[in-house]
Amino acid sequence: MIRKALLLSATSAFLTLFTLSGHAEDRVVNVYNWSDYIDSSIIDDFTKKTGIKVVYDTFDSNEILETKLLAGGSGYDVVVPSANFLARQIQAGVFQKLDKSKLPNLSNMWDVISERTAKYDPGNEYSVNYMWGTVGLGYNVKKVQAALGTDKIDSWDVFFNPDKLAKLKDCGVYVLDSPTDVLPAALKYLGLDPNSTSPDDISKAEEALLKVRPYVRKFHSSEYINALANGDICLAIGWSGDVFQARNRAVEAKQGVEIGYSVPKEGAEMWFDQMAIPADAPHVADALEFINYMMTPEVIAKSSNYVLYANGNKASQQFVDKAILEDPSVYPDEETMKKLYTIAPYDPKTQRVITRTWTKIVTGQ
Amino acid sequence: MTNIAATASSSTETAAVPTTLAKGFVNRLVIIIPYLWLLFLFLVPFIIVFKISLSQTAISMPPYTPVLDFKDGVSGFLAGFRELNFDNYIWLTQDALYFNAYVTSLIIAAISTILTLIVGYPIAYGMARAPATIRPTLLMLVILPFWTSFLIRVYAWIGILKPEGLLNQVLLATGLVSQPLVILNTYTAIFIGIVYSYLPFMVLPLYSSLEKMDYSLIEAAQDLGCPPTVAFWKITFPLSLPGVVAGCLLVFIPAVGEFVIPDLLGGSQTLMIGKTLWNEFFSNRDWPVSSAVAVILLLVLTIPIMFFQQAQAKAQEQGR
Repeated sequence: MIRKALLLSATSAFLTLFTLSGHAEDRVVNVYNWSDYIDSSIIDDFTKKTGIKVVYDTFDSNEILETKLLAGGSGYDVVVPSANFLARQIQAGVFQKLDKSKLPNLSNMWDVISERTAKYDPGNEYSVNYMWGTVGLGYNVKKVQAALGTDKIDSWDVFFNPDKLAKLKDCGVYVLDSPTDVLPAALKYLGLDPNSTSPDDISKAEEALLKVRPYVRKFHSSEYINALANGDICLAIGWSGDVFQARNRAVEAKQGVEIGYSVPKEGAEMWFDQMAIPADAPHVADALEFINYMMTPEVIAKSSNYVLYANGNKASQQFVDKAILEDPSVYPDEETMKKLYTIAPYDPKTQRVITRTWTKIVTGQ
Repeated sequence: MTNIAATASSSTETAAVPTTLAKGFVNRLVIIIPYLWLLFLFLVPFIIVFKISLSQTAISMPPYTPVLDFKDGVSGFLAGFRELNFDNYIWLTQDALYFNAYVTSLIIAAISTILTLIVGYPIAYGMARAPATIRPTLLMLVILPFWTSFLIRVYAWIGILKPEGLLNQVLLATGLVSQPLVILNTYTAIFIGIVYSYLPFMVLPLYSSLEKMDYSLIEAAQDLGCPPTVAFWKITFPLSLPGVVAGCLLVFIPAVGEFVIPDLLGGSQTLMIGKTLWNEFFSNRDWPVSSAVAVILLLVLTIPIMFFQQAQAKAQEQGR
């Protein structure tokens, strides 16, 4: 009987709570973010603190997100495209300017990152950084050691030098199927401007890639995560976060696969994932509250500790796990930071040339 | 089943006139449904895609210039009609890339279809000749793979075909090969993937036409001294031809536009039209050109099939 009474009062308390939160208009924010990209307790905490329900949905490619946004009426309030995609989307009128008076936590942001994201979003008027990383080399430590006699990978040379890559051919090399990430790396390796759009420079990059093409097993933008983790390949040009994911999966699998990630000393491309609000978002006020909450130092640090990416929030760094903060492949040292570059979005004509060049490199046609 | 339907229809025929009227209406409705299906799920989407293929890219939402809309009334629509151009189609002829991609896709689809037929025919034949009691179980087994996600089944092939995969482990252990075979990321892997994935689409129509076959025809042939192989080619195969054609079309058509299997199992050098379309749509963000690629693909597929069906209808008429 006592138990029953307890249960009853508990239910009624729960119901009152429910109706109370229900009364103040059902506040909802529809978030569309990359898969495996947040500690889900952050979402629960946000709802507890603000009473705003979060409908959290995920995607796994910028292209899918872009298609939804360009078609319009996506119904999302907060989306997280990468900065080079964001830049074009801003031009297309996909987003609305952020009301910065509603975002007091902007003062926590890291100027080093904000300066660079401003290249895509002038004045950071439309977006706030969520996470950032680099495009570098993921490798299987033991296999590379066996093939090259060293496990010290610190230069693009291991990929663009045909003699070296030939030795890695048999254990497997994967490359991102993404011309906008790989062609600039080739330009950088050749000592040219990674942002160059001159046909001469692009054909030089093409030449450099064609020289190593016979040693590449596959161009693909996601398969390398599993392939690295399973020990099927020994080298991949990939996004930092994906390689970390492969590293974690390898550790979990306990098959003795050890994955390393290196930011090449010649310089590497930086990428940024930016939180933004679509122009036709149905819950703008809630979206702003969500973005502001994500800029709370403790909150974004919790996210970094979970997904193992660097974030663009300076004040959060005291809460980020030391192992992550001091890992130069996640938070590169100042020397390396200076060498990191960003790629400005291409105009449609250049984009076409780049895609066509890429098809030629990848398929030989 | 047929018996029940026959008795049902004969009983309605004896009923009063109003019922016959109602029946006529129902019959007509039954004919209309496939047409409605075609209209809304084929023709309307096709017209939308065709319209986009006549526009130009723009940095806007949606990312192409409007063509043929009624924003400026009928006169605006007519003015737009005069400005129509087929630039995107001309563009496709200027780079050999597109032509090569179409040809590669057609060849890959044709080879895969023949392979699927070779693998599927014995299966369907065996099923049709199996005791009637176990046929439902066999049929179930053919359909069973559909209960697992297509993507996961294709992924599983990576585990089987990779250099350290199941297949190579078995081959190495039995001493059949001394070095692991390179199958993954080659055309062979694409064929294996397509044959595996589309096999049910081949087996089911074959089975349904083989099952209907009158086995006494074979017995008659044997009685007259016809060897089994000759009896097969003279009787069984021609009678199963409708199933062969249906199965081949069901495999060939989706295989031409296949994207997932070549992407996961094939090598990067594989240039198929699905990937070319993906590049135009997502990398170049050129919806109009990718729509043009899609329209051409549809024509490449539809026109020969229409001719084929016409020829078949003619042959049937002559046969009568």
